[in-house]
Amino acid sequence: MAINFDDVKNIWVFAEQRHGKLMNVALELIGEGYRLSREMPEGTKVCGILIGAEEDVKPLEAELFAYGADEVYTLASPLLKNYTTDGYTKVLFDAIEDIKPEIVIFGATHIGRDLAPRVAARLNTGLTADCTRLDIDMVNYINFLEAKTTCNTKGLTPDDPKKALLKQTRPAFGGNLMATIITPRTRPTMSTVRPGVMKKREKDPSHTGTAIDVKVNLTEADIRTQVVEVVKAAKELVSLTDAEIICSGGRGLGGPEGFNLIREFAEKVGGVVGSSRAAVDAGWIDHSHQVGQTGTTVKPKIYFACGISGAIQHLAGMQTSDCIVAINKDPDAPIFEVADYGIVGDLYKVIPQIIAEWDNAEALLAAAEK
Amino acid sequence: MAYKIIVCAKQVPDTNEIKTNPETGTLIRDGVPSILNNDDANALEEALKLKDAYPGTTITVITMGPPQATEMLQECLAMGADDAILLSDRALGGSDTWATSNAIAAGIEKVGEYDIIFAGRQAIDGDTAQVGPQIAEKLGIPQVSYVKEFEIDGKEVTVKRALEDGYEVIKLQTPCLLTAIKELNTPRYMYIKGIYKAMKHDIKVWNAADIGVDLTTVGLKASPTNVFKSFTPKPKGAGQKVAGDTDKELAINLLVGLKEKNII
Repeated sequence: MAINFDDVKNIWVFAEQRHGKLMNVALELIGEGYRLSREMPEGTKVCGILIGAEEDVKPLEAELFAYGADEVYTLASPLLKNYTTDGYTKVLFDAIEDIKPEIVIFGATHIGRDLAPRVAARLNTGLTADCTRLDIDMVNYINFLEAKTTCNTKGLTPDDPKKALLKQTRPAFGGNLMATIITPRTRPTMSTVRPGVMKKREKDPSHTGTAIDVKVNLTEADIRTQVVEVVKAAKELVSLTDAEIICSGGRGLGGPEGFNLIREFAEKVGGVVGSSRAAVDAGWIDHSHQVGQTGTTVKPKIYFACGISGAIQHLAGMQTSDCIVAINKDPDAPIFEVADYGIVGDLYKVIPQIIAEWDNAEALLAAAEK
Repeated sequence: MAYKIIVCAKQVPDTNEIKTNPETGTLIRDGVPSILNNDDANALEEALKLKDAYPGTTITVITMGPPQATEMLQECLAMGADDAILLSDRALGGSDTWATSNAIAAGIEKVGEYDIIFAGRQAIDGDTAQVGPQIAEKLGIPQVSYVKEFEIDGKEVTVKRALEDGYEVIKLQTPCLLTAIKELNTPRYMYIKGIYKAMKHDIKVWNAADIGVDLTTVGLKASPTNVFKSFTPKPKGAGQKVAGDTDKELAINLLVGLKEKNII
């Protein structure tokens, strides 16, 4: 049943790995967990939780330490070689009951979003899905509400009785609404966090911590699914979350062939091709390129939105990009409301010019300054 | 072989049509159509395909919601479902995913035996993807989420589960719960005979007492998560429109701007 509040401590990060390789989001969450742990009572640690076959997970401990983990708990068994809901749920549930973390966070990946709800239901605790912001510190939280939202913060003070709780902020209703969720009465507080949103810490190979092997109690009979094979997609791997530059196309391209220009553009600027949902729904490009509430959330240095009108659900996935450049024929397109640079024009004419002049940017600036 | 199938569905507002009031940070729901949740339509379609292939298979759709959710259930009946159940009670209102799964699991236990439960991966209003797995946990059955291909042979189910960078092939035995994504199939439309049948069909409405659920595990008060604040994001604010009379000038002025700010 519910865990006693006095017994819980520390932040656990499910350090998801696939075939011996850590998912990027695991390192992002170690970074976020580190930040949060330092806002909690002194001595609160951020702990990486590795689950898998020993040969896959053991070599990953050092990487978690280098990115900021204070402790790494390793739950290893040959039966955990492949992810299975049953196997992972059992060993993680047992470890949480035994060691009693205060907070457990997961990447909102296809595996994190399969595992976390099952574990939370077994623990009878709360789980908040797909968070894009986490806060402990009340002052930071109030500042965020005032700077970035329309929320009325009247009555919220740094001494709010809820100040020690994890405040889990997430979009809902297709990004139309944001909500902050708390888990006031049960522990641990659990959340899944959207990949690409939180920041990794700088890698410090000299940073180490305590590695703890957790004995797992798992038999073949506990696992009711059999993974027959794992197939990597043959299609080009789109790593939108890691991209520094994204060139995205939308309905304004007019047809699938429009993505030839977007690909050429992306190649020139060293970027990755993204798209709006409209272009995916029209069948012009694969879903793996989709940016937005139901696609991937991105935060590149530059986001080129080409022929994208800027539906709320698209904006929800890209509006925290460092710099947004919008190219659209329609001067009233909502995308211009979030764009740092807006070009009202025909993308088929403007983009070839940008491609042609891209390598001359320095000389162009020098000429402009004269 | 005939199967007993349960489909979990939800009536949701069409989030593409929703507007918000930025002053109050609330949703403007007036005039927003309510629809059968997208992924749940894929869940129902897969059940219907199974029924097409194995005559005698029965499909019961279950949902939780306010009385008007019967409209969505009627649509499911018109597509070809055999039976429909609405769990509706003030005591169930405000449930989070944990409390919702307690109620739906209790409803499913009242329905009785089943081979497969199909649910949508997630609903477009909450986007949590948690209720399916949590129902499976409460019922003590195995689950596979993000299902994009489904086959069955007797009691053995083989599915493809989508991953970000590929898929896995998974085998398991019935009874089990599977959550559907849109790649699984293309949902059929309602058909005339189905609509006629649906109009004459009684939808079962069960309250909390009917399903015998522990009242300390459902509803707003029992939910382990609470909404602390809800709000709308502040518009980021437009930047500058790039000046230029020709396409070349536009391109050059953009690049000068980006270079000047050290963005490129």
